[in-house]
Amino acid sequence: MIARDLRKHFPVKGSGGKSVKAVDGVSFTVRKSETLGIVGESGCGKSTLARMLLHLVVPDAGELVFDGDLVDTRELPVDALRRQVQIVFQDSYSSLNPRMPVRDSVAFGPFVQGRKKRQARDIACEMLGKVGLDPDLFGPRYPHELSGGQKQRVNIARALATEPRMVILDEPVSALDKSVEAQVLNLLRALKRQFNLTYLFISHDLNVVRYLSDRVLVMYLGRVVEIGPIDAVFERPLHPYTRALLASRPSMDPARRIEEAPISGDPPNPIDPPSGCHFHTRCRFAETPCEKTDPVLGRWEGPQSHVAACHMHDMASGHTRIAHV
Amino acid sequence: MADAIVLDERQETYEEQALPATRVRGYWQSVFYRLRHDPVTLVFAAIVLLIVLAAVFAPLLAPFDPYKESIVGRLKPFGWRDHLLGTDELGRDMLSRLLFGGRVSLLMGVVPVLIASLIGGMLGVIGGFVGGRTNTAIMRTMDVFYAFPSVLLAVAIAGAMGGGMTNGMLALTLVFIPPMCRVAETATTQVRALDFIEAARASGAHAMTIIRYHVLGNVLGPVFIYASSLVSVSILLASGLSFLGLGVRPPLPDWGLMLSTLRQSIYVVPFVCALPGLAIFITSICCNLVSDGLRAAMDVRM
Repeated sequence: MIARDLRKHFPVKGSGGKSVKAVDGVSFTVRKSETLGIVGESGCGKSTLARMLLHLVVPDAGELVFDGDLVDTRELPVDALRRQVQIVFQDSYSSLNPRMPVRDSVAFGPFVQGRKKRQARDIACEMLGKVGLDPDLFGPRYPHELSGGQKQRVNIARALATEPRMVILDEPVSALDKSVEAQVLNLLRALKRQFNLTYLFISHDLNVVRYLSDRVLVMYLGRVVEIGPIDAVFERPLHPYTRALLASRPSMDPARRIEEAPISGDPPNPIDPPSGCHFHTRCRFAETPCEKTDPVLGRWEGPQSHVAACHMHDMASGHTRIAHV
Repeated sequence: MADAIVLDERQETYEEQALPATRVRGYWQSVFYRLRHDPVTLVFAAIVLLIVLAAVFAPLLAPFDPYKESIVGRLKPFGWRDHLLGTDELGRDMLSRLLFGGRVSLLMGVVPVLIASLIGGMLGVIGGFVGGRTNTAIMRTMDVFYAFPSVLLAVAIAGAMGGGMTNGMLALTLVFIPPMCRVAETATTQVRALDFIEAARASGAHAMTIIRYHVLGNVLGPVFIYASSLVSVSILLASGLSFLGLGVRPPLPDWGLMLSTLRQSIYVVPFVCALPGLAIFITSICCNLVSDGLRAAMDVRM
């Protein structure tokens, strides 16, 4: 799947035409059967991006290409896209209908895509088995009778029931406790192998992203700041923001405990983002060019390419610390 | 001794609460299960049922013809010549009139609420689900009706259309549509914001399918509860309309109408005159309490 220059601005009421630039010109590629991780602070547009990829939120601008077909045209109508791509939400409780046995929630997808009710229910039972829930025991239950981990397993079953080729995971494990989180992550890994799936994995937990992803995309205030293979980004981050993010992970070693916060302050207001590089207000290396011009993300065509949108990597930018990071 | 019984009961409920972990119940099964264990609601539901049955089988139960007048037998007290509950100002048997009056009053209580929940519920679900301008248009129109006190509105509509039972019911229906619509709209808006609607959209379902399978089930509960509480209001309003001469026309027996015509005789036979009021009071309070019990039983997150 290729996303080109996706934009979504939400108008703010009573501000005289101002808008929140939730996603501001994001482009990336997800390759077949890889896992692309998306990380960033809360409010940086990760979830809006996820919803745009399924046209649950209609993009203001930009285009989506899925498997060579332009989405939302005659080539690939939105309905057809939704057969191929599914989504798992963070809130496992609200993503299941409380008045419906979970088996029926899972069966709903195949049902609306033209299966007979009985067939759909058989598929649902099979999928529940695949995610490690006994369909006879759990199928007829209601969401409030299940634990968080079980509900999230049901949600995964629901997403997989329509046999998608790509699954968007919008912080699927953030609401779960650690032991359950590990189980669900392993389940996701196993399912990916079994069904040859492509994942788009959104999270704010860097360790989780590293565990699951092949490549990672870092977002800041609606823009992509860095994209590259997971190990390259984690070992040699190019963008100061990525470095700060990585440094903010809690250390497992008490002797290397971080005393000082690697990054301070809240992200700027997305209604009125800073000029030039959005990150310059919090960046240690910020200089005049950073305030004036938008940095461009380099080319990222190859699967191994690793680029960042930072003036320090652009010879022509006029920044004094070229290639410092 | 009494303590021991209470203790036993508690143990019993503990055991039954432990069961759902292994036994799986459907939604309606669990509602009935909770209702069965709510004696207060059961008692009042039984009373409502009795009243309904009494009204339905009024021709079989009534000892006298409710329209048969008698000059000598006017305003007689309880028990006068087999008239168990006395007679009214035209010498008609009160018990028979109360039984037949229940038919009219209950009809006026249930039918407008039923029609209003259908129309109002539909408008509310559509408005809440579609949102935006459609919702604004529907809800602001409803707000116009809200501007009038409900009694006044009912009186005005019934007055404008002329009295009679059908017009009375129509007036009440119009009065109940806006609040019904608002309840449905609120419930729909809440449900629509949840992720499972988003997930249903993501699996390619169209709006009508989502409403049918995911919205209605979640909106039905609040609408049903609200409707059941409106029944008593409707009976009261209908009685009020009849009392004012805008609802049922005499000689048809109706509790509100009976109250109205008997009020001049309150000093002659006070207890007989209070009977229709008592009937209205008991029916509406029982409806309200049953509705409260249902509300508790239908709460899925209990």
